[in-house]
Amino acid sequence: MSRKPYVRTTSTSSWWLAQPRYIRYMAREVSCILIGAYSAVVVIGLLRLSEGAAAWISFLESLQSPVSIVFHLLALAFALYHTTTWFNVTPKAMPLQFGQTQLPGGVIIGAHYAGWVLVSALILYLVGI
Amino acid sequence: MARSHKPVVWSLFAAGGTFAAFITPVMIFVTGLAIAFGLLPADALAYERVLAAVQNPIAKGLVFLTVFFPVWHAAHRLRITAHDFGIRADTVVLTICYGLAALATIVTLMTLFNL
Repeated sequence: MSRKPYVRTTSTSSWWLAQPRYIRYMAREVSCILIGAYSAVVVIGLLRLSEGAAAWISFLESLQSPVSIVFHLLALAFALYHTTTWFNVTPKAMPLQFGQTQLPGGVIIGAHYAGWVLVSALILYLVGI
Repeated sequence: MARSHKPVVWSLFAAGGTFAAFITPVMIFVTGLAIAFGLLPADALAYERVLAAVQNPIAKGLVFLTVFFPVWHAAHRLRITAHDFGIRADTVVLTICYGLAALATIVTLMTLFNL
C-alpha cells in the first residue's frame, strides 16, 4: 500500500500574492533588483566619465530624461523600504547584551536611524545641497 | 568536511545590506534626482571638477565601495528570491547573479584604476 501522494495546493511562483505580509516580504526582497540596477547606473556614469567630457555631458543629459527620473523615484522608494526593513530587524540580527541586561530593541533600531540621518546629512552637505 | 562558500556570500550580503541601507537612498537622491532637478550648485557637475574629485584616492575607494557592497548584496538576495518566485535552476541563477556582481566589481576597479 502506497502512501497518499502529497499534492501541493499553492503555486511555487505566485504563493506570495495570497497574503499582504507575503507581498511585503516580496517587496523587501525585490528591492535588491532596484538597488542592483541603480549600481549599474553608477558604473555606467563612471565609464562615461572615463571616456571624456562629451560622454560625461551626454550622461548628465540622460539623467534628465523622464525614464531616468521615474526609475530613480522607484529605486528611491524601494531603497527606503530596504533601509527600514533592514534596520527594523537589527535587534534580532545582532542583539546586544551587557552583563545580565539586554539592550532594548528600540535603542538598537533608533541608533541605526540616528546614524542614517547623520550619514545622509553629511553626504548632502559634502555635495553642496 | 565539505567546504561551503556560504559564509563568504552571506557576510557580503550582510555587509552589503547594511551599507546599502545607510548609503543607497541618499546616493539615489543625489545622483538620480538632485542632478535632474538642478538642486546641485551649477559648477559641481563640470567634467574637470568631477574627474578631479573622483581621481582622489579616498574618493576612488568610496566610489568602489558604493558599487561593490550593494551589488554583492543584491546578487545574493536576488539568487534567494529567484527560488521564492519558483525558479529552481539555482546553478544558472547563481552564475548569472554572482557573474553580474563580479562584472560590475571588475569594471569599476579597472575604470577607477585607469582614471
